[in-house]
Amino acid sequence: MRISVVTFPGSNCDYDAYRVCLSRGHQTKLIWHKDTDLANPDLVILPGGFSYGDYLRGGALARFSPIVNEVISFAKKGGLLLGICNGFQILTECGLLPGTLLMNESLLFICKHQYIRVETEASPFTQSIGKGKVLDVPIAHKEGNFYTDSETLKQLQDNNQIIFRYCDKQGEINLQSNPNGSLDNIAGICNPQRNILGMMPHPERSATDTVPTQDGRWIFEAIEKALE
Amino acid sequence: MLKAKIYVKLKASVLDPQGKAVTNSLHNLGFTDVLETRISKYIEMNFTSDDREKVSQEVEYICNSLLANPNTEIYQYEIVPLEQNLEN
Repeated sequence: MRISVVTFPGSNCDYDAYRVCLSRGHQTKLIWHKDTDLANPDLVILPGGFSYGDYLRGGALARFSPIVNEVISFAKKGGLLLGICNGFQILTECGLLPGTLLMNESLLFICKHQYIRVETEASPFTQSIGKGKVLDVPIAHKEGNFYTDSETLKQLQDNNQIIFRYCDKQGEINLQSNPNGSLDNIAGICNPQRNILGMMPHPERSATDTVPTQDGRWIFEAIEKALE
Repeated sequence: MLKAKIYVKLKASVLDPQGKAVTNSLHNLGFTDVLETRISKYIEMNFTSDDREKVSQEVEYICNSLLANPNTEIYQYEIVPLEQNLEN
């Protein structure tokens, strides 16, 4: 599979994503944000970090990078697009996903292991994982508090677009297992066509033998199976 | 030349944790009559043009397309002569 990972000025998880994809045997390229060619990928990853220093709002300036027009056109044609953390923020700023990532309710930058529950198998990112599976995938953000108006939230719920919710080890979804104040414990959502996923947790930080948890592999495996 | 004074505020329906934290600190300082604090952004932008209508249209577009996130924020602005503001 061919994977393109976009590097913006201030991205800091691009190499993590790049190395995980390479280690899984994929033809992987880092694409500079000023480029205008995505190199014909099967999957595009917008990685985490602080693109443009998070100036104005997280992801607000990155969406004006030249490569983003290509990313939008790739996704609109049905290409698989995964936005992680700052990548999720960029997807909402581009209008490819609804909602906004507000500052965490605690006002703190939170960096820790976090359990998330797979809410649906109906996406290429989770179809082989299974609904209800609890994954330990780390989070690291200050603006991860998902917010949208009540009408859009209802649409996300009704259309089964909520892919991951924050939960505890047992898979229980409650206030205590919500790290940042996100509406409805939302950790990741997809678009109505289900080819674009935005998520705050970092699967690329939990997908190699050198880190304590490897649950992020489930998500990479699901994508691989979907593209087989 | 003209100056745009732009305020970008969180919508009233959106929780402002920063404002809440500041309110708590003010209460600790003894200002117990502070009911609520909301944190906003204030942006100044200078224009070479003297055409208020044109600058207003530009500022409107700039606010909609970049400065404010329509999901969570509202904006308001005023256009003033640049000289007047420099004296201040």
